[in-house]
Amino acid sequence: MSEQPLFKVTIDNITVEVPAGTSILNAARKIGGDVAPPAMCYYSKLEGSGGKCRTCLVEVSKGSEKDPRPMPKLVASCRTTVMDGMEVKNITSDRVIDARNGVVEFLLINHPLDCPVCDQAGECHLQDLSYDHGKAGTRYEFQRRTFKKHDLGDKIQLHMTRCILCYRCVFTADQLTGKREHGVLDRGDHAEIATYIEKNLDNEFIGNVIDVCPVGALTDKTFRFKNRVWFLKPVDAHRDCPTCSGKVTLWNRGDEVYRVTARKDQWGEVEDWICNTCRFDKKQTSDWVIEGPRLIDRHSVIAQGHYAGSVGTHKPTETFEAVHSGRQPKLLMDIHSVSEVNQTDITLSKLDRPAHSTDFNHNKD
Amino acid sequence: MGVKLLLDKAHVPGIRFFETYRKEGGYQAVEKALKQMDPAAIVEEVKKSGVRGRGGAGFPAGMKWSFIAKPEGVPRHLVCNADESEPGTFKDRYLMEFLPHLLIEGLIISSFALGSNDTYIYIRGEYAWIVDILEQAIDEAKAAGFLGKNILGTGFDCEIYVQRGAGAYICGEETALIESLEGKRGNPRIKPPFPAIEGLWKRPTVVNNVETLAAVVPIINMGGDEYAKIGVGRSTGTKLISACGNINKPGVYEIEMTLSVEEFLYSDEYCGGIANGKRLKACIPGGSSVPILPANLLLKTAKGETRLMNYESLSDGGFASGSMMGSGGFIVLDEDQCIVKNTYTLARFYRHESCGQCSPCREGTGWMEKILKNIDTGKGKMSDIDLLWDIQRKIEGNTICPLGDAAAWPVAAAIRHFRDEFEWHVTHPEEAQKRNYGLAHYADPIHVPA
Repeated sequence: MSEQPLFKVTIDNITVEVPAGTSILNAARKIGGDVAPPAMCYYSKLEGSGGKCRTCLVEVSKGSEKDPRPMPKLVASCRTTVMDGMEVKNITSDRVIDARNGVVEFLLINHPLDCPVCDQAGECHLQDLSYDHGKAGTRYEFQRRTFKKHDLGDKIQLHMTRCILCYRCVFTADQLTGKREHGVLDRGDHAEIATYIEKNLDNEFIGNVIDVCPVGALTDKTFRFKNRVWFLKPVDAHRDCPTCSGKVTLWNRGDEVYRVTARKDQWGEVEDWICNTCRFDKKQTSDWVIEGPRLIDRHSVIAQGHYAGSVGTHKPTETFEAVHSGRQPKLLMDIHSVSEVNQTDITLSKLDRPAHSTDFNHNKD
Repeated sequence: MGVKLLLDKAHVPGIRFFETYRKEGGYQAVEKALKQMDPAAIVEEVKKSGVRGRGGAGFPAGMKWSFIAKPEGVPRHLVCNADESEPGTFKDRYLMEFLPHLLIEGLIISSFALGSNDTYIYIRGEYAWIVDILEQAIDEAKAAGFLGKNILGTGFDCEIYVQRGAGAYICGEETALIESLEGKRGNPRIKPPFPAIEGLWKRPTVVNNVETLAAVVPIINMGGDEYAKIGVGRSTGTKLISACGNINKPGVYEIEMTLSVEEFLYSDEYCGGIANGKRLKACIPGGSSVPILPANLLLKTAKGETRLMNYESLSDGGFASGSMMGSGGFIVLDEDQCIVKNTYTLARFYRHESCGQCSPCREGTGWMEKILKNIDTGKGKMSDIDLLWDIQRKIEGNTICPLGDAAAWPVAAAIRHFRDEFEWHVTHPEEAQKRNYGLAHYADPIHVPA
């Protein structure tokens, strides 16, 4: 087997080696943390997705080792492949932050901001994004756009006003299901996700559009207004399903299963697509074999208390010495050896009053 | 009278038909190219001619041709972009309507050079009658043996198909055009891959403007070097300009690119001056998406040099004091025109035509239109002007395709050069409904530092 060449790419001054053909976004995800640009439309499992929302714009300050010219425009990191020796600026570039703030503002001007009544609230990528990049106030003084309501059947609820037209659900329907019935109608700011001539979405795997939707445009009707996601306990469970892998996350409160979703990885992407039967019909704990709590590695509201690995046991990977290029810390002292409080010749229980500093001061004479 | 390469025969009666066109020396270039030259030599001639894409971007056509990938066993395609929808631009319409055979001839040569056996003309849906003209021309050419199987006995097969668009401006963008041609929704693709690598049906494709492909005919006839001698600098050959607005003689003119803007605008041979004895206020020199220029920056550059009708001179000074050649839609505004209303009209157009694929353009164009409408109808605030500037800044360069830039530039340029008019609309909302701001100082000569 021939080895694929590895390309060195530096993102925000952190260098990582990735195979040729990797996108900047995926290279940044390999580094992780704040270096990974946010992605509202890109979905690694869907072919052709990405490039639309423009939240993942980054600055390429050096094209490659061979051609070090910087790219004049900001590029969509999800659809730009890395070159050997490429240098990318994400959060270290003011241009990127400015453009990203702009994109978030654009995404929000027509968004209804009805989070208090939205089922997606708490696990909404747009919510996360606007915490990071949004402004407290809006400069948009016009009526937000509304749409004629479309009924997609008794399982999936469409709120077109919340849609950011990421096209993920269109790609999902195209690539996952045999029969596609919905797409984007119209163009420009009145473009909408809809079925042509009022049809129901009816397909064994169509429920996955709910999971891929980054906002609350497509939500689960069987879970509608039932509970807030942050009150629910996510647990991994599986069942023997004839159509899909049967690996799901159950969202419980007490013993009751409120909803069933696919398992999502740390970037909010589905690990295994699940079928409609698992998602909508199996809402008894007895239907499932519980594996254990689902750890959610994201900073959104539902992650409260569900972090992968608890904060206390997380150890720093680098020592103080390494960070300070070999210099020993001088100001830090071992309190145990210096403090007189810990001196063993004084037994506090023998004092008939509260201890005082004079009790420890041997040089009082 | 300048050299005419494309429209020299346009006024011959019956030039639309094959017989007359052939009698006037037509299809000689096809004979020359197919019999005496090989594809690489044609590409070389086009490269030497320095002809730049006439659709708006001005990218050298020969260079574009040389980028086309040539994988074994994969068909290549040439697509003619006749989706001329830019407000103010109607040169291709004239060319196709009166000289359809010139385009067909250019297409045959270019198809031969690029190795395209199936060539497409993607024509704007509103040009319904031109489809018939082109199809008739194709039939005539086929009957005469210039199209179809084994052209002129050289063994080269070529078919030309005409495909009508459905009325979307965005389908003039080459990747959106390809999507539409494939029968999909006309959303621009994300580049790379460029069409030269992966275009129509994932095959290498070159998309060229009508005028660019028509220009291949004189290039082959006279040779690339001779063609390059016409014009100046990197603006070689002749250019069709469609002039409209408040001028005495609107229409399509073929110009040499050494002509000054002043001569083009005021000489009787071309536009014939501003209509009704009014004075020039502003001009959009290259189709609605390029920055508007006030009169004092149109005729002379900021350095005080005479501005010429070519790529370099029109963009002299960058966007601060220049504009662009664009697609050659020369829109003239006289002293009675309102810049705010004009900008609002353009913003409305771009809002309507945005495909809605990427967020800055989808949301930003609508937002700009609403603010401009407020200012135009006297409901604007002073802060709106800065807000507009900020919105256009956040659209420009951050979108998938150039439509975002095209929507942002007119707004930016209008605010840059005509800010006082916007402010007057805000401070005098009622007066602005009744009268025009007028010429102000836009026609005054600008001070050139020594």
